[in-house]
Amino acid sequence: MLKARRTAVVATMAALALGAAACGGGTGSKSSGGGGNAALVFGASADPKTLDPAYVNDGESFRPIRQIFEGLVTTKQGGTDVVPALAETWQPSPDGITWTFNLRKNVKFQDGTLFSAAAVCFSFDRWYNFKGIQQSSSISYYWSTVFGGFAHNDDPKLGVSLYKSCQAKDDNTAVFTLTSASSTFLSGLTLPAFSIASPDALKKYNADQIGGSASSPSFSSEFGTAHPIGTGPYKFSSWDRNDKLVLERNDDYWGDKAKLQRVIFKPIADGNGRRQALQSGEIQGYDLVAPGDIGQLRSAGFQILERPAFNVGYVGFNQSKPPMDNQNFRQAIAYALNRDALVKAKYPEGAEVATQFQPPSLFGWNDQVPNYSYDPAKAKQLLANSGVKDPTIEFWYPTGVSRPYMPDPAANFQAFKADLEVVGFKVVPKSAPWSPDYLSAVESGNAQMYLLGWTGDFGDPDNFIGTFFRQQLPEWGFDNPKIRDDLEKARVETDLGKRTSEYKAINDEIMQFLPGVPYVHTKPALAFAKNVKGFVPSPVQEELFSLVTLG
Amino acid sequence: MGKFVVRRLLLLVPILLGLSVLVFGYVRALPGGPADALLGERSTPEKKAQIEHLYGLDRPIYVQYGKFLERAVRLDFGTSITTQRPVSAEIRSRFPATVELSAAGLLFAVGGGIPLGYAAARRYQSWFDNASIVLSLLGISIPVFFLAFLLKYLFAVKLGWLPSVGRQDPALIADHPTGFYVLDGILTGNLAASVDAIRHLVLPGLALGSIPLAIITRITRASVLEVTNEDYVRTAESKGLTRRVITRRHVLRNAMLPVVTVIGLQTGLLLSGAVLTEIVFAWGGMGQFMYDAIFSRDFAVLQGGILFIAFVFVIVNLLVDLSYGFIDPRVRAR
Repeated sequence: MLKARRTAVVATMAALALGAAACGGGTGSKSSGGGGNAALVFGASADPKTLDPAYVNDGESFRPIRQIFEGLVTTKQGGTDVVPALAETWQPSPDGITWTFNLRKNVKFQDGTLFSAAAVCFSFDRWYNFKGIQQSSSISYYWSTVFGGFAHNDDPKLGVSLYKSCQAKDDNTAVFTLTSASSTFLSGLTLPAFSIASPDALKKYNADQIGGSASSPSFSSEFGTAHPIGTGPYKFSSWDRNDKLVLERNDDYWGDKAKLQRVIFKPIADGNGRRQALQSGEIQGYDLVAPGDIGQLRSAGFQILERPAFNVGYVGFNQSKPPMDNQNFRQAIAYALNRDALVKAKYPEGAEVATQFQPPSLFGWNDQVPNYSYDPAKAKQLLANSGVKDPTIEFWYPTGVSRPYMPDPAANFQAFKADLEVVGFKVVPKSAPWSPDYLSAVESGNAQMYLLGWTGDFGDPDNFIGTFFRQQLPEWGFDNPKIRDDLEKARVETDLGKRTSEYKAINDEIMQFLPGVPYVHTKPALAFAKNVKGFVPSPVQEELFSLVTLG
Repeated sequence: MGKFVVRRLLLLVPILLGLSVLVFGYVRALPGGPADALLGERSTPEKKAQIEHLYGLDRPIYVQYGKFLERAVRLDFGTSITTQRPVSAEIRSRFPATVELSAAGLLFAVGGGIPLGYAAARRYQSWFDNASIVLSLLGISIPVFFLAFLLKYLFAVKLGWLPSVGRQDPALIADHPTGFYVLDGILTGNLAASVDAIRHLVLPGLALGSIPLAIITRITRASVLEVTNEDYVRTAESKGLTRRVITRRHVLRNAMLPVVTVIGLQTGLLLSGAVLTEIVFAWGGMGQFMYDAIFSRDFAVLQGGILFIAFVFVIVNLLVDLSYGFIDPRVRAR
């Protein structure tokens, strides 16, 4: 009797507990409809590192930064063309060394201070004068990419800086003096790393304070973690690390006010986790959608938005490892690979076969480059012509990773291996975990042939083919002075028309030389709930939540 | 007893020292380094060399270890190369998440395991007992990540009864003075936040607690069976004591010793960080952090994190050993 009663009590308690848990807060959907006071929760793939734009170079840190801060110029919505932001107009001098920016008037920072040319010069001088760990390429990557060196280079290899000085001619005119003519300068300025922050806040919250010790420096400033103050349509509200980052609408924004009151970024590292959170209604959108999930999400009624292609996947050759230095051998490989079949079979809709090392949307793309269309017979012929007795290749591919241009590296490897073996090559598979093993092997020149790729940072061909071929790199293992010189020349050419033809010629040159075989450009996808409207995907991820509404 | 505690605490020194040498050497023996991981596709030999120089990684290993020890004594474990924050700050912000998750798992495991194990022993060889054995086997053999995935899919995605991710509803506004979300809600008078945090603990707690539950059930069952067959229990029965008194005073007390040992070991394991459960539920605790640190070769985090976990493990086991004194008078008398 006692036993029965006890069992009944336990059973009732269990039922009550489960019931309470289920009733606790209702089911999925957390967002209330309409504009006004609504909030959108977005699933990011990682927590930002800091919100100081000058100290980061990863997409997840930039995502909230792009909502809080603005630069002098930005990219057209959904494209790569340079359009006004905090600067309304700009003129370069005829020699391309002096650039005058006419700034927008009556713009305030989120702390109430006035935006002015002095604020612009303050930021640029701040970055130019970075020291020690601030000059690390993992910190100020974009400054070194666009400007090269600093006022005092800790590392002599950084070279002379492109930046010379910034002068506030008056409150609304900022004049930049460069050390040489440059055409990447303007498109480089569209990068969120060059956003303008409130000088007051930078000073008050010690943005340049470095703590830790000499061999273990750390940023101890509060600017990037608690007071990131810019001019953008959203301002920082709160940040619980690894949990959520909350932005509030800036009601004093100079332009069109944001539609949604709050945007919340929730880091969910696992791609499946992001998808499930969207399906259960806990988030209303997320990035880095696995290609395999696209069909399922679409049929469940979710929106899939694609970014215009701005990446390239390629097979790289390391010519320091014979017979990769044999031109006929390389050409044989190119003709042997059935790129069309791979892209059609293993890539989501929208992916296109690549013919050169930059995407078609970028100027300088050449529709007349040598086309190594699939031709196994020709490949066999070239292999014979090459005179290589033992056509064995060590073919490297990464494991444990999915890249936008290479969602399933093993699948690409298998397909290409089969193509090569049909023609008579012998393929030795080499695999390693992506980071850092595989990357280290490839980048230090240990891989003979490998799968890799690149996503563009800003709308300039130099960001693609310049990055690959303007310097001698161990992963490519060759020195081609003509290509290097041509790339250097094109980089500083200020006339856009001339520049475009120069890059077209270079792309042709590169594909004749064949340092590798580019094979795909993809359109990375984002997923959103049905009621999310107004989001515009951008090839360079310049995506504003201020345009978004919840229908 | 004081001497006992001091001796145990002193043992920490050689343990942590030995461990530090192991960890230090091992992570540096792995191919690639943090520079490769940080720069990814953007790496060039110059950039890589620059980062390595910046963090002193191009110095001889004994110099690096010397510097590490020098700072470790001051409880400074360096900076995380991936997040640029001090390692101690990272641990402090993530450990409460792991503690809460472990507590939930343990609550489920102990709260379910002990009664189940006892009931099974009492109904020895009945259908209930056999069912409990099967359940235990299932609990131990189902991979935790798979169970986590299953629970999430069923209760969060399909049924929508419970949240699928995180420690708290992102749209909820709440303060977190201590980092223990359930506690924080109570401290700030925001009971809705506490309830929400509890709701988020249910599924990951169930997943994580499944293995300890299985183990505790079996150990309790075996221990109770053994004690029930002891002479003193038969004496108590023949004295005419009620079942309740026999259970409480004689059977359970004596059966608990091995169970407490197991609970202690399980606690240590749970606190070391449930990597897979944390990843599936985007929990933001130590487990996922350490896992990521391996792939980004974040030496400082690995060194500091592993030493911290070892320290926690030793302390937990010390507390378990001390608890014997309360449970077993024979230990106390010594």
